[in-house]
Amino acid sequence: MFAYIIRRLLYAIPILIGVNLLTFTLFFVVNSPDDMAVSQLGAKYVTPEAIDNWKRKNGYDKPLFFNELATGSETLTDTIFFNKSLRLFAFDFGRSESGRDITTDVSTRMWPSLAVALPTFIVGIWVNICVALMVVMFHGTKLDRWAVFVFVCLMSISYLFYIIGGQYLVAKSWQLVPISGFNPDHQPWKFLILPVLVGVVAGIGSGARWYRTLFLEEANQDYVRTARAKGASEIGILFHHILPNALIPILTGVVVLIPSLFMGSLLIESFFGIPGLGSYMLDAIKSQDFAIVRSMVFIGSILYILGLILTDISYTWADPRVRLN
Amino acid sequence: MKPILLWSDALIFLLVIALVVFFYKLRNDPQTRERWGEVFSSRLGMVAFTVIMTYIGVALLDSLHFRAALDNPADMESSEVFYDNKVTSVLDVMLRGMGDRFERTYSAPFALKSFEKQDMKDEQGNVIRDYPYLEHAGKQLQDHSKKWTHVLELSAVALLWGLLAALGIVGLQWLFLRNSALPWHASWWTQAVVICFGVWLVSISHHYHVLGTDQGGTDVAFQSIKGIRTGVLLGTLATLIMLPIAVTLGVTAGYFKGWVDDVVQYLYITLSSIPGILLIAASVLLFQVYIDLNPDFFSIGMEKADARFIALCFILGVTSWSTLCRLIRAETLKISQLGYVQAAHAFGVSHTRILARHILPNLVHIIMITFVLDFSALVLAEAVLSYIGVGIDPQMGSWGNMINGARSELSREPVVWWTLTGAFFFMFVLVLAANLFSDLVRDAFDPRTAQRRSEA
Repeated sequence: MFAYIIRRLLYAIPILIGVNLLTFTLFFVVNSPDDMAVSQLGAKYVTPEAIDNWKRKNGYDKPLFFNELATGSETLTDTIFFNKSLRLFAFDFGRSESGRDITTDVSTRMWPSLAVALPTFIVGIWVNICVALMVVMFHGTKLDRWAVFVFVCLMSISYLFYIIGGQYLVAKSWQLVPISGFNPDHQPWKFLILPVLVGVVAGIGSGARWYRTLFLEEANQDYVRTARAKGASEIGILFHHILPNALIPILTGVVVLIPSLFMGSLLIESFFGIPGLGSYMLDAIKSQDFAIVRSMVFIGSILYILGLILTDISYTWADPRVRLN
Repeated sequence: MKPILLWSDALIFLLVIALVVFFYKLRNDPQTRERWGEVFSSRLGMVAFTVIMTYIGVALLDSLHFRAALDNPADMESSEVFYDNKVTSVLDVMLRGMGDRFERTYSAPFALKSFEKQDMKDEQGNVIRDYPYLEHAGKQLQDHSKKWTHVLELSAVALLWGLLAALGIVGLQWLFLRNSALPWHASWWTQAVVICFGVWLVSISHHYHVLGTDQGGTDVAFQSIKGIRTGVLLGTLATLIMLPIAVTLGVTAGYFKGWVDDVVQYLYITLSSIPGILLIAASVLLFQVYIDLNPDFFSIGMEKADARFIALCFILGVTSWSTLCRLIRAETLKISQLGYVQAAHAFGVSHTRILARHILPNLVHIIMITFVLDFSALVLAEAVLSYIGVGIDPQMGSWGNMINGARSELSREPVVWWTLTGAFFFMFVLVLAANLFSDLVRDAFDPRTAQRRSEA
């Protein structure tokens, strides 16, 4: 088990290098630092001095891979590739283009993100499974068919509609909670209820439908027929036979997401004014701060790979037949 | 008049031709026929298909672009014809009453007066502050209190015409299809409803703004209809660009195995480990920088917007092939172990022939399911991307841009609800139809569900 995890972690290295090379190509080869300087400073009427200034300030004035002017090991380290790309591996994210320290920003902003994403995740799964179980109980009836239709309708509604509608109904018309904002020291739950609620409701359509198919796949297995023939009650079959066995496919879909919860949700955070990583990314995209985007891409892929490893480990826990080797 | 072929127009017409050829070729394949028959034998499938076809029809009409010729000034003695810088589509011409009648700013649905007060002079010449009358709403109306009777009269006439038109179109189909086993009547009812609604909307729009106007004074119903082209095109083109990448890589990885497989797997794991939205945003921003630096490439504004749109389709396609590639690779691995492929190997059939004759035809169901499933996801994604600011160019109408522009309107007092309603409604109908249809397609084509059904 331990050796397996070590090996998986080693596998992650080439993937991260690939991610890094891809972002490096996108940000420095496809578009040279000069292009970025021009678009940052305003597309027209930029003097060459202004471009040079901007590049020096942000550390883009070095050669890409090989610095002929430097001596010794600095020929390789005093380059854009080393400073902007390789340093990410040491979690040294440097400064954003507006001069703030990215590492500090990320470590403070991660917690509000988690405060929204974790409850949404847990409550969401719980609600989806409950709804799906209820629908599966009525499998084959009209109720089941209508429930699936309602799920598809819920899926077809834009996420933006859930957010805007939720804010309008709950916060503006009924005035139950503040429309947006976040205050970690004073009654933070008040600001969190609505985003969590919106996140859960928006996920019911696709979530419950997916769990329903998983449960139905299990419900067609032979052991369920055997249990029924033995005279087990329908409720008993549902909770003691179908649910534990459906846990494995549920785990694969769900565990991989857990590390990504730190990244938060772009839309929810920006609409509800929560100072998490989601809104951090959005602001970076809007102000074209590529240093932040690069760092977030790196963090995001690390969390995803972590999720894959966690998924494998959770298999052994959910299904004793699975051995990792 | 000078026809203009934007890149996206060319691509969409190519796509239509390709699909027609594809289905024409497959028409004699009994298995495919049976499965499509299954999709269309349900009334829901018929209704959903009719709705989707309506949207596609509108999108195609909106893709026939031209630049209108400008009248030469009378004092100029020149045979040269000048063309309008604005690109018009056939749809614009058909909706002439809706699209070219601008108000000053917001107005509510069916309103006669503007939504915002304005300084005006009354008969005595005093400056008063009141809601001004709209320029293009209720012009024929003498008595403003009779507005709703007027609307009702217009609706009755419009519905009558709509019913007549529907009767004609449905009757024509009835002549040819009455003996068909498929539930065509479901499609005919839908067609009748769509035609009546369309005729009603267009004829009422000559007198009122059915869904009001937005901040810039444009008719919201018109904008929502213009959003159809963007949504449909994005949904199809992005998948179309993704398909060849995913299929080629997936098939080669699954068939040749070995180091090819390792490389392809590495590629898709790397790509899928990057947060999708960041990758898309970064690519779009980089392309935007490129457009900003090379403004001379595009002679008219619409071409620039179109270039950005095509780029967005490409980016969405290139960043999203990993899921399909994984499926195709797994399926190819499975198929290439089967007896008939082994037999073909033993007979010395070449790789290309095995791939073309034995492997690819057995992957068609996966490709088809992905195509219809991704369509609705992409339409929804467009709105989100436009909100983030990396979506469609604001010059090109889209539901995402409408929502983005209107997102603070619900906090106004009184509430401006009609822009969001229009965009969300038109988007919802398309996505719902596509989702329902894709469910049926998946049920018919997915061997797993087909097997489960035969057991039941």
